[in-house]
Amino acid sequence: MRLLTVLPKSRVAQREKIISLALGGSVILLFLIGWEILFQSKIVNPLFISAPSRVVLAGITIIKDGTLLHHLGISAREFALGYGAAVVVGFPIGIILGWFKLARATFGPFIAAMQATPRIALMPLFIIWFGLGMTSKIIIVLLSAIFPLIVNLQVAMGTIDADLVQVARSYGATRWQIFRTIALPTSVPFLITGLRLAAGRGLLGVIVAEVFGGAEGIGYMIQYAGSTFQTDKVFAGVLVVAVTGITLDVVLDRLGRHFGKWRSEAAVH
Amino acid sequence: MTSAHPERNGAESTELLAKYPAASKKMGNVVKFASDNRRPYTPVDSRIIKLSVKDLVIGYLDKQTGNTMVAVDKVTVDIREGEFVTIVGLSGCGKSTFLNSVAGLVKHQQGEIRVNDRIVTGPGRDRSVVFQKASLLPWRKVGRNITYGLELSGMKPAEARIKASHYVNLIRLNGFEDHYPHQLSGGMQQRVNLARALACDPEVLLLDEPFAALDAITRELMQGELLELCEKVGKTVLMVTHQIDEAVLLSDRVIIFSARPAHVLADISIPIPRPRKNHVKDSDQFRELMAQIWSVIEGNANIGGGI
Repeated sequence: MRLLTVLPKSRVAQREKIISLALGGSVILLFLIGWEILFQSKIVNPLFISAPSRVVLAGITIIKDGTLLHHLGISAREFALGYGAAVVVGFPIGIILGWFKLARATFGPFIAAMQATPRIALMPLFIIWFGLGMTSKIIIVLLSAIFPLIVNLQVAMGTIDADLVQVARSYGATRWQIFRTIALPTSVPFLITGLRLAAGRGLLGVIVAEVFGGAEGIGYMIQYAGSTFQTDKVFAGVLVVAVTGITLDVVLDRLGRHFGKWRSEAAVH
Repeated sequence: MTSAHPERNGAESTELLAKYPAASKKMGNVVKFASDNRRPYTPVDSRIIKLSVKDLVIGYLDKQTGNTMVAVDKVTVDIREGEFVTIVGLSGCGKSTFLNSVAGLVKHQQGEIRVNDRIVTGPGRDRSVVFQKASLLPWRKVGRNITYGLELSGMKPAEARIKASHYVNLIRLNGFEDHYPHQLSGGMQQRVNLARALACDPEVLLLDEPFAALDAITRELMQGELLELCEKVGKTVLMVTHQIDEAVLLSDRVIIFSARPAHVLADISIPIPRPRKNHVKDSDQFRELMAQIWSVIEGNANIGGGI
């Protein structure tokens, strides 16, 4: 079939992108305007709901006086340590459970039971054991983030293409070579998914743990602002958490796309 | 890998020259393989036995009954250097099991398999298998897929690329090294599979219904290419297929397996002169050979009720 007209693919894609950005952006803008009107008109007690303008001002204040940076630094450290530990421990556990049937039979039920337990409900215990400092938060992040990683990697090992393994065996591959050249690459997309889920859970874990009991961190800052009726500061804190979460997700998504180039276009999008 | 045992190859050639004085005269204008200049092409009568299978019995466990059934029953096959031998038989007759056993992927119960007089106990670098499915590693580009077998034998990727480049050219894959497998057609993927096997420079190349998953036109084209390729590189090949025309076109000998448990019904040599072209299929000689093979298979199927 001969082509009649050739429309540059990029231009079509660009137009679609602009339209979807405009639509999505306008809803957010409308929400913010409505919120501001609700505050200015004093229909609802302004103390309760604050306003976008007040939130921005509060944000500037806490950035200027160093409060935000201090609390953000604490939370970031708790998150990074807990998340890092979850990856370091969860990755091999998931691989081992997926790779060895016997390991799955032995530890599977225990891990399923652990996963079903709401971790945050254990917070009082962690405070007794590790105090109100960073350690108890790191433990919560670790326990929140580790299970999505374990489960995803275990599933990944089950999706290994038996035909590829047969080919590798026919070339005399050792078990280690099969693991390195087939099992590990197979696990990458699952690892990325696990990392994204784990980031969300970990972030939730650190904030809730700080709200629950602590003297530092974004969660504590939000909790303290709330108990002293500084609603603008509460919203500013929540905004910071939301932006952090979105940023983490975007970064991990990019990472996934980078490592997923070998997959067909249909599978990536 | 150049050659597993260069010193042995040397010893064998001197031994053979002593045995066949006529051959030594011809050695003056030895045709050497482009891929491996250690192994001279020797005339037909002096070709050594590359693959020797003796009284091979392979059993398999029937999971429903729990009994061990016989899949391959006392099969003896010898393949000489540079020979292209094809096994045909009804589907499910055990020919693929036989090939997998030669590959070292399936254990046998009795008998022995020798490649270059060494007993086969498992997969090894002296054999490469081309399976029906291309089974390329989807996250590796074509170039790294072709060198996969070499890398598994411990070769560095850069070194392997140089070693494989000969076959990349021969199978006309140059220019495709940076493509991912999903960007290639089925025929091209199977070519990469073939290149991967040849890059290891095996003593014996094993083909397990290599074109069965391709469409009819691509299959025909690939048969022609394999024919040309084999005549160029002179590899020792054992193929399994259920396409009789494919077997006759490509082979020096066609071995017919009976219905399960498989034993050798006939060993028919194909005296069509080489180099062959796809159009030898139109000759009377080709048709007669096809008919001969078909009558053996048909006769066995009727007696055994194998269908």
